[in-house]
Amino acid sequence: MKQKRLWGTILLFGCISLSMATLAWSDGSEWGENNEHEGKGFIQQTAGVSSVNNKAYKNECSSCHFAYPAGFLPKRSWIKIMTTLDDHFGEDAELDAQDAQGIETYLLNNAADQRPNRFSRSIMRSIDSRTTPLRITKTPYFRHRHREIPTRMVEGNAKVRSFSNCLACHSGASQGSFDEDSVRIPGYRFWED
Amino acid sequence: MKSFMILSVFIIFISFAISQTAFAGNNTVTMLLDKYHSEGVSQFDANKGKTMWQEQHIQKKTGKPVSCAACHTSDIRKTGSHIRTGKLIEAMAASTNPSRFHDAKNIEKWFKRNCKWTWGRQCTPQEKGDFLLFFQSQ
Repeated sequence: MKQKRLWGTILLFGCISLSMATLAWSDGSEWGENNEHEGKGFIQQTAGVSSVNNKAYKNECSSCHFAYPAGFLPKRSWIKIMTTLDDHFGEDAELDAQDAQGIETYLLNNAADQRPNRFSRSIMRSIDSRTTPLRITKTPYFRHRHREIPTRMVEGNAKVRSFSNCLACHSGASQGSFDEDSVRIPGYRFWED
Repeated sequence: MKSFMILSVFIIFISFAISQTAFAGNNTVTMLLDKYHSEGVSQFDANKGKTMWQEQHIQKKTGKPVSCAACHTSDIRKTGSHIRTGKLIEAMAASTNPSRFHDAKNIEKWFKRNCKWTWGRQCTPQEKGDFLLFFQSQ
């Protein structure tokens, strides 16, 4: 009886590991990104990118724009952004030294090259190590994932205006959720790629 | 009787809270004006603030004329929108948006950013005081 149960347990674990292996098998597109199974099964338990949980960062940055997850750019990008706040994409976004220091520490600790989350890793794999991207929307991985979305749905869409306006289509963006299944483009009822 | 007492305590508490908030707003502005005084300014002028609000300045980087009013609108009781990004900007007038005047650090932060963006330099204590008085007068 005891031995029977042992074999049963072994068989059960065998099945589980086989099914996991199958999942991992299908996990391989250009940048090792999992396309088919995104947001399903156990993968869902790990957020695509870690959500913003720093109060100062959220307050200061989202007074003008969506507080982008730190895990979308590498450390070197955040350093450059934080040292050029007086000309922040054409705007003056200077902070006092103390606030800037706290926010920079948060960004560096949670940057794409510091996080295990899958979007962070995919972005890191897609960018050239000799470049320092300043715009998430210009990273090859971002462009790849948005390549099929026509201009009229974004720049030509008054409710979206720009690819940098994450929240317009990714309603769960503030929680770090950018899964394709939950994308809703305003003015376009169905979006299938 | 008991409920009357509870109600009156409640009303007293609420009115106290409201007066505190209003007081805090004025306090912050008074405190800033005092600071500008101590930096050598003798008098402030809301009308001067109003004139400066409309002044056009050529932005070095873009070569385009900009003014405070371009994004905030000339009627500071109205919501504005950023000429480039389209971001909505809440009204500046103390009468319509008193919550703007409770945090001295935040006020100085935006003076610094927006004076530099619009005029290409920081505003002087005199100019900041004139602007504050202009916001309070509307």
